[in-house]
Amino acid sequence: MNLEILSPEVRWFLISIGAMLVLATVIVQTLIRLKPGIDLGSLTQRVNSWWMITGVFTFAMVLSRNISLGFFAFISFLALKEFLSLIPTRRADRRVLFWAYLAIPLQFLWIYLEWYGLFIIFIPVYMFLLLPLRMVMIGQTQGYIRAIGTIHWGLMLTVFCLSHTAFLLILRRVDAPAEVPGVGLVLFLVVMTQFNDVCQFLWGKSLGRSKILPKVSPGKTWAGFLGGVASTTLAAWQVGPFLTILDAGQSLLAGLIISIGGFIGDVNLSALKRDLQVKDSGSLLPGHGGILDRIDSLTYTAPLFFHFVYWSFHWHTFGAGVGK
Amino acid sequence: MINNVNNLCRLLFFALFMRPFMLIMLGLNVRNRERLPEAGPAVLVANHNSHLDAITLMSLFPLRMLHKIRPVAAQDYFFRNPLLKWFALHVIGILPIDREMKSKRTHPLSGINAALKRGEIVIIFPEGSRGCPEQLGKFKAGIAHIAKHNPEVPVNPVFMHGLGKALPKGETLLVPFFLDIFVGKHLRWEGDRNHFMETLSTRMTVLAAEGEFPPWD
Repeated sequence: MNLEILSPEVRWFLISIGAMLVLATVIVQTLIRLKPGIDLGSLTQRVNSWWMITGVFTFAMVLSRNISLGFFAFISFLALKEFLSLIPTRRADRRVLFWAYLAIPLQFLWIYLEWYGLFIIFIPVYMFLLLPLRMVMIGQTQGYIRAIGTIHWGLMLTVFCLSHTAFLLILRRVDAPAEVPGVGLVLFLVVMTQFNDVCQFLWGKSLGRSKILPKVSPGKTWAGFLGGVASTTLAAWQVGPFLTILDAGQSLLAGLIISIGGFIGDVNLSALKRDLQVKDSGSLLPGHGGILDRIDSLTYTAPLFFHFVYWSFHWHTFGAGVGK
Repeated sequence: MINNVNNLCRLLFFALFMRPFMLIMLGLNVRNRERLPEAGPAVLVANHNSHLDAITLMSLFPLRMLHKIRPVAAQDYFFRNPLLKWFALHVIGILPIDREMKSKRTHPLSGINAALKRGEIVIIFPEGSRGCPEQLGKFKAGIAHIAKHNPEVPVNPVFMHGLGKALPKGETLLVPFFLDIFVGKHLRWEGDRNHFMETLSTRMTVLAAEGEFPPWD
């Protein structure tokens, strides 16, 4: 169990997340009782899925560090699988796709080994060079650039970007090597990212008029974006110093990074779905869609927040296994 | 007794291996699952892309129904070696069909009729073989013969997508893909062979058109 290394703040935070879900459930159920006419099926599904996501995520975070790493590796696997099932692929490239999948255990092995140097270049450099080689060996040149481009793009987004969340877990500071700040940082990142999604949705629904990117995502408005940025930054400023090693100023900045980054990650995936003419990326999470629909913002916020944190402190893990 | 052991083998194989495998490595997206028959006798007609087609369809049913579900499979292929034969007959519980019709005495489809009489759910791939992955081949007429002999039995068309990408014919390396399964409304024999075959293939084409699948070429 990881419980003893969880700071009381993290515990309190988890409890309050649970309380917020209870509140959301009560509100939805009351709405159903009071106004039986309107169809709230998808809202109920959405809240139920939130319970599931929160439950699984909390367990994965609380049980042990290795379980948390395994959990993030599995999320990456689901996301990559969803991506590869969504895009056009070539029959000839099955083996290339298999190699792309193999990048997942390796990427998380580097994290497990606390090998920052390899973690940060493995997919952008080595997989980038290896996959074309495997594809050239198969020899089908028709559609080559599209195939290699889409596969590596998906790998970057679903494995490389997401795995930054997991690397937060193993960071240890030079001046406090016994402390494990990662759990608080990951909770902060993930909860603020999802909070930002919800806020942008709610602000957009209640106030939104002028569209921000009508060609990509007609549902998104300036009011939603700005309201989301303001609410998330404010929330981050309040929560950050309590939950993480960030001080108030850093938390504020982190909130800004997460809310703007989250928006870009969201519309990035929206553009992909629009191009492929699908509404949802999958059907894994009832009410939400697929796994990519849920983690779209995180693909941007994870690396951005990670590097913000990484440059803000002195860490042990600057090379192979230094932190041991 | 032997039957109980076989059923236990099958139960364990599906509960401990096939279902987790389906859930984790592949992932199912089943549309209109409620159209699946709740009890036998019934026939499921599906397109054939991969070795995993039959076990995938079997894994859609509750475990307690597993002993009632019988995929029809080619004898010449599955009886090639004793281990495969044992596995196919006792763990999967296939209904072997003699494609070469070596024995002239019994009709090659009589085993299927008998299974339906016993109230079992029979899975048939009327394309005959796995064919070109992810391309719907022409249905053979054996299915009409079965429907004619069992006019009261519902025939459900099921369209599957994805397994031909994950594990096509001639490949041993599995590449994970999400699977889409579309269950169609059942039909019954109405007295005319051509009409039956046409209705069945139309429903199948409609099911196939329900999903918008990315190109795979």
